[in-house]
Amino acid sequence: MLWFSLLVLIPLSAVVATAAEGGWSGFWRAVTNEQTAAAIRLTVGMALLATAINVVMGTLIAWVLVRDDFFGRRALEVLIDIPFALPTIVAGLVLLSLYGPDSPLGVDIAQTRSAVLLAFLFVTLPFVVRMVQPVLQELDPEVEEAAASLGASRLTTFRRIILPSLTPAIASGAALSFARGVSEYGSLVLLSGNLPFDTEVASVRILISIEGDNTPGAASTATVLLTISLITIVALDLVQRRVASRG
Amino acid sequence: MRAVVIVYLVLLVAWPVALVGRHTFEDGFGQLQSVFDDPDTVHALRLTAQVAVISVVINTLFGVGISLLLVRYEFPGRRVLSPLIDLPLSVSPVVVGLALILVYNGRNGWFGPTLEDAGFQVIFATPGIVMATTFVALPLVVREVVPVLEEVGVEQEQAARSLGANAWQTFRRITLPSIRWAVAYGVVLSLARSLGEFGAVKVVSGNLLGKTRTATLVVEEKYLNFDRGGAYATAFLLALVSVACIVVVSVIRPKEARTK
Repeated sequence: MLWFSLLVLIPLSAVVATAAEGGWSGFWRAVTNEQTAAAIRLTVGMALLATAINVVMGTLIAWVLVRDDFFGRRALEVLIDIPFALPTIVAGLVLLSLYGPDSPLGVDIAQTRSAVLLAFLFVTLPFVVRMVQPVLQELDPEVEEAAASLGASRLTTFRRIILPSLTPAIASGAALSFARGVSEYGSLVLLSGNLPFDTEVASVRILISIEGDNTPGAASTATVLLTISLITIVALDLVQRRVASRG
Repeated sequence: MRAVVIVYLVLLVAWPVALVGRHTFEDGFGQLQSVFDDPDTVHALRLTAQVAVISVVINTLFGVGISLLLVRYEFPGRRVLSPLIDLPLSVSPVVVGLALILVYNGRNGWFGPTLEDAGFQVIFATPGIVMATTFVALPLVVREVVPVLEEVGVEQEQAARSLGANAWQTFRRITLPSIRWAVAYGVVLSLARSLGEFGAVKVVSGNLLGKTRTATLVVEEKYLNFDRGGAYATAFLLALVSVACIVVVSVIRPKEARTK
């Protein structure tokens, strides 16, 4: 407990304290600084977009992994986890090699906003899949068969039977991937080019502030990010609690 | 649907990762050889391994401890502690670095000057890197162990107690075997995460060549200095380790299902 507070709680509260030192106006000025505000907007917007894509693709991937059986399924399973374990800087390099200046596909999106989205998609890929998969595995196919035999179309079955039981899992997966997206740093360093107002995300903004010895500014931006992750986590906790009490 | 999923995954994950491998071996083993010939890079790799091992050990001990605390004991603030454990997963690594600097830096941190007077430098030195790495990998063991502990229940432990086992014996004979796989899984995940930590380490370590530069920092540095080959080779090594971790995990998993 003491260890936990030394390592996690005290440093994090130091961030908030430093941000608060300049008073409310100082904090506000740092956050509404045009460049910072643009960075935060970009980060949150892109994270939301990536989360939306993840919700659709993640559910689809989980579906295929659970219900479909084909050659190479185990290999796909391993693939899903790679973004989680791969060092983020390596992830950036990896994406750059396929979608960068000397791409074999001829797609060069390095230093554009699409690159930011791409990096977010890469690092947040496992979350929705991994949350949905176990739930889908436990879902009883008999219920679906019953619905189908009562004349429900495939879409109706999916919407009325499968989706409701998956919703909590999808929601918590989405929350995790949003939080992860907002805080992403490593993979963007090489990929996005960090152009102010265009592709600079909040974490990069913080680092630049630190290196420029603008600690209060860095702390203010960091506090915004902290608040976002805290809200996400509390929401996640609430969702899980509701599910637990229902089950 | 199957085709969509496969194409998506190949484009997003498999192809890019494979490309790094290809770039590394473009001209045989020369690139890898040059990585191992460069004393600074070797030092960075060694430092990364050291830091990862230390923080994994710390995280395993405290992860199991915290999980036991969370599941087996009631205390005020438990409700709050449990979501807080997840915080390091979603906090930006850069924020982690900033937070550690604010508290432990030698000039005007909260504890930094005191520690520095005691001859213990945290920021821009190995302890700082260890702390940053431990921080980001903290929840992994806990998240794996807590659900298992909850599922196992307390009956067996109580039985052991009533038969006269002391706390340590109960833990070693009853609790530990039942959470063994969860711990192993958590350890492998933390190892992968610790090896690859970049953001927090970048802020905290000061990136001193041959002293506090870790492997991930080497990748960035080399790439920015147009040493693409070196960057790819180092990245390849890191990727190799993390893919190995993932494969180990996916081997452990079915085994765990079978023993149930």
